[in-house]
Amino acid sequence: MKVLVPVKRVIDYNVKVRVKADQSGVDLANVKMSMNPFDEIAVEEAVRLKEAGTATEVIAISMGPEQSQETLRTALAMGADRAIHVVHDGELEPLMVAKMLAKIVSEETPDLVVLGKQAIDDDANQTGQLLAGLLGWGQGTFISKLKIEGGAISVTREVDGGLEKVGLKLPAILTVDLRLNEPRYASLPNIMKARKKEIAKKTPADLGVDTTPRLKTLKVAEPPKRQGGKKVGSIAELVDKLHNEAGVI
Amino acid sequence: MAILVYADHNNQELSSATLNAVTAAGQMGGDVTVLVVGQGCDAVAQAAAKVQGVAKVLVAQDASLKDQLPENVAPLIAKLAANFSHVVAPATTTGKNIMPRAAALLDTQQVSDITAVESADTFIRPIYAGNALVTVQSTDAIKLITVRTTTFAPAEAEGGSASVETIEGTGDAGLSTFEGAALSENERPELTTARVVISGGRGMQSGDNFKMLEEVADILGAAVGASRAAVDAGYVPNDYQVGQTGKVVAPELYIAVGISGAIQHLAGMKDSKVIACINKDEEAPIFQVADFGLVADLFTAVPELKGELEKQGIQAR
Repeated sequence: MKVLVPVKRVIDYNVKVRVKADQSGVDLANVKMSMNPFDEIAVEEAVRLKEAGTATEVIAISMGPEQSQETLRTALAMGADRAIHVVHDGELEPLMVAKMLAKIVSEETPDLVVLGKQAIDDDANQTGQLLAGLLGWGQGTFISKLKIEGGAISVTREVDGGLEKVGLKLPAILTVDLRLNEPRYASLPNIMKARKKEIAKKTPADLGVDTTPRLKTLKVAEPPKRQGGKKVGSIAELVDKLHNEAGVI
Repeated sequence: MAILVYADHNNQELSSATLNAVTAAGQMGGDVTVLVVGQGCDAVAQAAAKVQGVAKVLVAQDASLKDQLPENVAPLIAKLAANFSHVVAPATTTGKNIMPRAAALLDTQQVSDITAVESADTFIRPIYAGNALVTVQSTDAIKLITVRTTTFAPAEAEGGSASVETIEGTGDAGLSTFEGAALSENERPELTTARVVISGGRGMQSGDNFKMLEEVADILGAAVGASRAAVDAGYVPNDYQVGQTGKVVAPELYIAVGISGAIQHLAGMKDSKVIACINKDEEAPIFQVADFGLVADLFTAVPELKGELEKQGIQAR
């Protein structure tokens, strides 16, 4: 079974995001970038499938600028076998990403595509579902458990009311939630080995996908600041403030 | 212009998230039609017809639609969409699951999780866990939108008299099967709609200790939530989670107990009207967003809070 894992290079989750003064976007200059945390979980799951003998090959894919290669090297160091880099400067909307992935799927014919449920930059939560829709494959989204047996998949999904179990036919799309696994740290020998693994380069034009945005970004602003920081000295004072001052209890 | 709203429900009750989505749809301008998809959900359709601002209800019911599997629902939405300028769903896990699949079938770039409607084609949505707000204009002919429910007031559930029309589904795509659900049984209000929320973090130290919060919650008529740290530590189930990857809440009062205030937790609660916190570490970031912070050991402070509320005769509203 061949598994594709798309990964995205995003601002590291520990970095405080700054909006540019001209409100054109978020400042990405000299900011630490990392693999989207949900995508790390997707890579980990794919590598575990390979280690368990279920998967035969794991292919990491990233779309973005030259530096997205670093993100792919991380995936390769975690255990992916090879990588595909779609080189593109500037923004890519989820629909375009899904279209390019659909083209790669038609070339690579995997049985499974495993994605993070959302990227922590645009928080769109769309790409996996879009790809499933484009391909006409079943989708298991926001999964916290995965079982593969004899050509059939059973996933546990995290939903608002609790958990849900869904069975899917192969091939299928999976998007992963936080509790599926804990991603490994790549060991130094594996990081060295990853340097020798192949990264194939492509462009959106190679894949026949138009990258003209459908959404115009008019403005990126900071959210209103909260005026917090006041302290109270006791529970009695807290209850008094909540009851008499704020009037919320 | 005409707007189709996808109803969130469990075949028995229309969820309040749908009411928030109806309000957002109304702000886009145009007649609002609600689509109810499921099986044995006549009561839901009747409830949707009574919602103020709804002109029409479409109901599709069959076995393949019962569990709202996206493989079976998205083609129906895509088919109906031709008659509408917008398709709107609440950004619940159901809406998030189904809508992008429909967007793929319609070749539309969905706008996710909007928090404000600027005009019929321009919307505001949070990015970077709410650390920035982007205003986007959609150029697609049919706009697909999911709505962050906490930022739109619920439409009135009574007073409307929409017509109800039965429609056919598009059949079973044969790609997926529903195998069951393990939903939390809970007598308390739902997290996303509760007027008061009291949440515990890793500082609670065990699931048993959440009983202390439940006792306070019962006095205040509050929902009980948790930080991701508390969920990951196994103290409470995942559906308690408030934060970027859990639920987004905006109650009148949010009480954070033993929660340090990681960015990802703040993303889920910082729009609450009033925030109170109890934490023994006065350097914890939660104090920076709290209107009323108490530096104290929660194991003495929470029982004391319960005692004080009882003493003052404060009750749920």
